[in-house]
Amino acid sequence: MSDMRELYQEIILDHNKKPRNCYVMDCATRSADGHNPLCGDIVKVYLRIENGVIEEISFQGHGCAICTASTSMMTESVKGKSVAEVREIFEGFHEMLTGVAEEQGVELGKLQVFEGVREYPVRVKCATLAWHTLNAAMDGDDEPATTE
Amino acid sequence: MTAPAVTAPGPTVLDFESVRADFPALHQESHGHPLVYLDNAATTQKPRAVIDAVTDFYERDCSNVHRGVHLLSQRATVAFEQARTAIKNHIGAADSREIVFTRSTTEGINLVAASFVRPRIEAGDEVLVSNMEHHSNIVPWQLLCEERGAILKVIPIDDDGDIILEEYKRLLTERTKIVGVVHVSNALGTINPVREMIELAHARGVPVLIDGAQALPHLAVDVRELDCDFFVCSAHKAYGPTGIGALYGKREHLLEMVPYQGGGDMILSVSFEGTTFNEPPHRFEAGTPNIEGAIGFAAALKYVDNLGLDSIANHEAQLLADATEAILAVPGVRLIGSARHKASVLAFVMEGVHPHDIGTILDSEGVAVRAGHHCAQPVMARYGLSATVRASFALYNTAQEIDALVAGLEKVREVFG
Repeated sequence: MSDMRELYQEIILDHNKKPRNCYVMDCATRSADGHNPLCGDIVKVYLRIENGVIEEISFQGHGCAICTASTSMMTESVKGKSVAEVREIFEGFHEMLTGVAEEQGVELGKLQVFEGVREYPVRVKCATLAWHTLNAAMDGDDEPATTE
Repeated sequence: MTAPAVTAPGPTVLDFESVRADFPALHQESHGHPLVYLDNAATTQKPRAVIDAVTDFYERDCSNVHRGVHLLSQRATVAFEQARTAIKNHIGAADSREIVFTRSTTEGINLVAASFVRPRIEAGDEVLVSNMEHHSNIVPWQLLCEERGAILKVIPIDDDGDIILEEYKRLLTERTKIVGVVHVSNALGTINPVREMIELAHARGVPVLIDGAQALPHLAVDVRELDCDFFVCSAHKAYGPTGIGALYGKREHLLEMVPYQGGGDMILSVSFEGTTFNEPPHRFEAGTPNIEGAIGFAAALKYVDNLGLDSIANHEAQLLADATEAILAVPGVRLIGSARHKASVLAFVMEGVHPHDIGTILDSEGVAVRAGHHCAQPVMARYGLSATVRASFALYNTAQEIDALVAGLEKVREVFG
């Protein structure tokens, strides 16, 4: 039970219940679709980028608690940051979940709560789907992002 | 066919202590809890008899089939062909030559699509499948329809998960070239009225393929009584090895069908000017087959037959009835699939909690279930869902394991408040 509390921390449950920035953005300059074919989770990320800075970010979609909370918290953590900074955070986040390094070079702040997902390899993609999708949106890819 | 609505114990009752002792993998811990394996619709655990049959082949008879003059090859060939006969007997076929070994149910369907339907389907013709098909009984037909300009039509289902027979009758037309329908739904548990559906199709001159993947472990199948044109199944859903399946096809169809893959074993003679193909079933079995798989498949059917499909069905019907009642008592749980006739597949959702999160929490309690779309996305869409939780029961499951499932669901409620 304790390990379940470690995975499903309060902040994750809270973002799952009340996702932040969850709306369709009419004035988006970029958007991308993400899909995890393994479980059917779907997310669409909208961006308004001005002068290389993410001025506004929102999302729509459906997924498990890990996926929903990760998407919601991602939107909060990247708002107001430059595209270059965001890519660095993504790298750090990805490394935290999949890498071997115990110490991350990147300051992840609240996103650190997803460290527990590392213990559940099949759930890692739930946590990273939103980030892959954000990456695709920043790249301006037309192809939907997938976790595969 | 045995209606699973029966809840009274049958004349024979399985001895569960000894049955469970037959399955080595059941006796282990998962995350510090006794393993409760409820993912049987994905694959079943294997009894010692199957494991031994596969091991014995490798330890004693290992050699290739149909080509060696030496003793080991003769023994391997005999065992392989005896396996074919065992499958024939189990599903009530008339002739062993009507049994083609495949690597899976999926391959069986692809084979029928390529070798039977492709030569006889034209632009504007139709293929008819149900709304509850597994992707394996959708995608091969989609590929074929795309190639030929044919149309894939879908038989609708009602909210309980029953096929709407009136709609089915309406959809059967002179353009229908084949009906592909699942005997037992892996996502809903529905046992379809395939006998009646086959009769209706035949009245229109339409051949029928039955996807029997989930039927094999739960029902006594008799292909001649059903009068199906094709029946496809795989061993691993019925306590046998993975990577081996069987296609039953009426002899008259198999004789007409073109080869599926080219290679060794499916030929009589080869020259650079041309090739004479072997007779069915060998015509459809190019390359060295999964010999140990076929032998394990036969061992699994023998194991099931020894216990008796009637007593297995009675036991599973009791488990299904008890489990249905137990999970519906958990607040927020909603059953997906409440057909009149069901096999022991229990799909459900829980308000406010995604199936994957339920799956992970149950797993942490040692309870293995499937969470997701079960390779049947169109039926998920029918219910407006992207995923469900599925607990599926086999002959070795117990009432205590239902308690463990329910206790696990209570944990889910604790975590998610």
